Amino acid sequence: MKKKAKRRDHASINSKNIRRTIMYWSPLFLLPMVVSFIIGFVWPFIHGAFLSFTQFVITSKWTWVGFENYIKAFQDESFRYSFLFTTLYAFVSLVLINVLAFSVAFALTHKFRGTNIFRTVFFMPNLIGGIVLGYIWSMIFDGLLSAYQKSVITDTGWGFWGLIILMCWQQVGYMMIIYIAGLQAIPESLMEAAKIDGANGFQTLFKITIPNVMSSVTICLFLSLTNGFKLFDQNLALTGGLPYIINPDGTTVHTTEMLALNIYNTFYTSGSAKGVAQAKAVLFFILVAAIGLIQLRSTRNKEVQQ
Amino acid sequence: MKKLLALMLVLVMVFAFTACTGTEGDANAKKGSVYWLNFKPESDGALKEIAKLYTDKTGVEVKVVTAASGTYNETLTAEMDKGDAAPTLFVVGNSAAVDTWGDFCYDLTDTDIAKELNTDAYMLKDENGKLCSIGYCYECYGIIVNTALLEKAGFARDYITNFATLKEVAEKVHAEADTLGFDAFSSAGMDDSSSWRFTGHMINLEYYYESVDDPAAWEVCPAEIKGTYMDNYKNLYDLMVTNSKTDRKDLATGGFDAGAEFKNQEALFYVNGNWEWGGISEAGMKAEDLTMIPYYCGVEGEEKAGLNCGTENYWAVNANASEENIKATLDFMKWLVTDADASAKAVATFGVMPYKNAVESSNPFLAQANEYAAAGNYTMPWVTNFQPNVDAYRAAAVSAINAYNADPTDATWEAVETAFVAGWAQNYQAIQ
Amino acid sequence: MTTTGTNLAAKAKNINQRAQRRSKIRKWSATVIFTLISLFYVFPVFMVLINSFKLNTFVKTETFSLPTAESFAGFANFIKGMTFGGYPFWKSVLYSTVITILSTVLILIFTSMAAWYISRVNSVFCKIVYFACVFSMVVPFQMVMFTLSKTATTLKLNTPWTIPIIYLGFGAGLAVFMFTGFVKSIPLEIEEAASIDGCGPVRTYFLVVLPMLRPTMISVGILELMWVWNDYLLPYLVLDINKYKTIPIHIQYLKGSYGTVDLGATMAIILMAIIPVIIIYLFCQKHIIKGVAAGAVKG
Repeated sequence: MKKKAKRRDHASINSKNIRRTIMYWSPLFLLPMVVSFIIGFVWPFIHGAFLSFTQFVITSKWTWVGFENYIKAFQDESFRYSFLFTTLYAFVSLVLINVLAFSVAFALTHKFRGTNIFRTVFFMPNLIGGIVLGYIWSMIFDGLLSAYQKSVITDTGWGFWGLIILMCWQQVGYMMIIYIAGLQAIPESLMEAAKIDGANGFQTLFKITIPNVMSSVTICLFLSLTNGFKLFDQNLALTGGLPYIINPDGTTVHTTEMLALNIYNTFYTSGSAKGVAQAKAVLFFILVAAIGLIQLRSTRNKEVQQ
Repeated sequence: MKKLLALMLVLVMVFAFTACTGTEGDANAKKGSVYWLNFKPESDGALKEIAKLYTDKTGVEVKVVTAASGTYNETLTAEMDKGDAAPTLFVVGNSAAVDTWGDFCYDLTDTDIAKELNTDAYMLKDENGKLCSIGYCYECYGIIVNTALLEKAGFARDYITNFATLKEVAEKVHAEADTLGFDAFSSAGMDDSSSWRFTGHMINLEYYYESVDDPAAWEVCPAEIKGTYMDNYKNLYDLMVTNSKTDRKDLATGGFDAGAEFKNQEALFYVNGNWEWGGISEAGMKAEDLTMIPYYCGVEGEEKAGLNCGTENYWAVNANASEENIKATLDFMKWLVTDADASAKAVATFGVMPYKNAVESSNPFLAQANEYAAAGNYTMPWVTNFQPNVDAYRAAAVSAINAYNADPTDATWEAVETAFVAGWAQNYQAIQ
Repeated sequence: MTTTGTNLAAKAKNINQRAQRRSKIRKWSATVIFTLISLFYVFPVFMVLINSFKLNTFVKTETFSLPTAESFAGFANFIKGMTFGGYPFWKSVLYSTVITILSTVLILIFTSMAAWYISRVNSVFCKIVYFACVFSMVVPFQMVMFTLSKTATTLKLNTPWTIPIIYLGFGAGLAVFMFTGFVKSIPLEIEEAASIDGCGPVRTYFLVVLPMLRPTMISVGILELMWVWNDYLLPYLVLDINKYKTIPIHIQYLKGSYGTVDLGATMAIILMAIIPVIIIYLFCQKHIIKGVAAGAVKG
């Protein structure tokens, strides 16, 4: 707002001219991005939302069914299960990743030999894609667990913790970077003041350090939460949803299948239920978007305070 | 000038959108082209060679793409949605697939290729009598036996005639594995690359005997099955996993090579099919030291059993493809089963092709299948082709078998039965 | 009396030295502890390395031991890995590289231009586009995957040379958001001065604005590079998968196809896939870490 007022003061005609000449160039500046955006996002999004109310095998032949797909999605036990599994997973991984990442970041902001190398090492797994990570860890878990004749694909518990370990290994380094950035932004004077006032290490940590990195904490919490909810590649490569529970009526519950994989499987392996799959996808979108919007709001509140 | 630059940039974008349409369209418009979405990974290499042969000869482009095992439906769904780039030749291997893909099938009735068939056994029709797909080869599977090792273990070549004798041999060999230097069965890996041998092949014995009891119910894909012979499946499966060098608890994750165990003379039995002949002969084993026996499982009268013969390899032509592509595809198919060189190559890959002018097979296991049939034994057709929503169905069965192997109790076996029996009805519903 | 004085001084010096020594010990032990943790952290990669030299059947049974005379496969796994899975590995590397570089370049050029336009023109249409971009950031890929792959094939965007347009479309949200945030902080006066000097918008953008965008370019570029390089599902659903396999698709395909899975060769492929990435990372780690931090804090 301030800027606009300033502009009107001494260069309003000039900037209006500038704006007009820029608009003249919109085919160059805006068009490529907008066209691709429509192809890559807007149209598929609208089309997908529409198809969630229809039944179809291929997209050009559909029949309108209203909310039936949504009802079916809620009735689908495997979907409800994967929702609970994903929620549990997201929260456990959130806690572990953030506690570990903060501890490491806190230690690495103290000066000792090798901090840079350690930081480099901890961040390294982020460069490896989810599929590859899944394979690496599946090899390690197989080697480890086969001594006990167990496996991440035959034991739900191991599958769950396998995914958690994998995600920690990958994400701790990432969150650590954000925490380090937050920690380094704390003014030295605050720390010194605390020291002069005679605060011990714990008091400084909880009274000074943590409150001052709250914005990093918020970012990391939301990042790890959405990452947990959206997990797909690692899930596919490590457990693929195995093992299943076989219900007496022949339906199956894939006990390590998370929401994204459940949607994928409904689309591509469970016969003609593609409308239901799209409805699940819409529900999934609403869930993830809700988390995202809460995050936006909470970070915006922080900005106002600052 | 600047505007020109902008225009050019935009043009480049537009060009990127249309570039492919332009070039591909021009080349293919005249002759049509063939896109074969192949189903069997093990035949991928040979099919590509055949495709190249045809292209070299006629100039018609033949593209062969192979879906990874267990993903054919997925791949086909994705590929079929690709409009002009969709497969022209694809596999509709069972009646369930006819239900799903029937609308996409070109009616093959009275086409040249259909007239080349030497039997009516390999035709799939939809409820209106449209000939949706035709078999291009058939195969057989059972238990491959290394007869040289069998004799070494002290049994005659033809000693095994039923489950009791099979069990006797297997248990004796397993008990004396250390002194003999080989074990009874090769490892039954349950990883994706090998589990189909049990959830897609061995289970055939259950469906088959059930269909003998009630042939009327099995003329089309039944909505549900009874599971009457699950105990017989269990007999054979248990015998196999308990009499091999790998502990059954380790089977789930794979990591061993059943084929290599057999080829290295470390195992007497190998549950698989005639397509293994290529690899086995390359490993230096001779046809006279090999035979294939039926799935003996304790069913009454099984001494008269033959091998499991049939096919999931049914060609269907995409009715939505352009006319010239359809024609190119039909021509290619006919060439493949009539041309001496091509059919020789195809038969070498596929085993045997049910076409009048195709070359005969030299595969000992297929010869074995003929021998059984000639001796009056009953051939067990591939009832597994009816498996509804096959990828999901088998995945559930694999998971249940893994749980059973980890803890072989009645309760876990019940889950296996449920996966096969109730899972059938469930998956049948899912694709309706 | 003097002696006590010197005594005190000596004592103080002693205490000081002791404190220094103590903090030195503490620092060294921190280094030692973190060295151990780091070794543990690189352990999985090390496992890939040693198992890529083992014969197939030993990968599962002797996962954690070094190759022995019996289990050592030499470079056979790597040779096999070049063609394992019925698809040449170098092709996967090529396609992954082409897609990643093209996509990133497209995203950087076009989204930064759009972001500048949006924040300078600020019309209703611009606001709608901006809002849509922010909105797209919270939409998970599963929501659009089916229809997007359908759209992509209809428009023939299913080759490695055209799929970057999809990436530009689907990845535009975050990039536009980050660029707009930065452009807004650039004082307008600089551009006004440029226009008084006779620069049109194109020259103003490329000569004045673009150089100032460099730090954001680096962060956005790194985020997009990491995303596209490792992405599995989008290329898997869009590309003609048997003609064009990217590295993640290639590796995922090893599991299900062609009879027995050769774990040794699989590990060799994985090693070949991650070693170049790690080497690049070691050279540009400062930029990468900075870029990621900036992206996360803004996103």
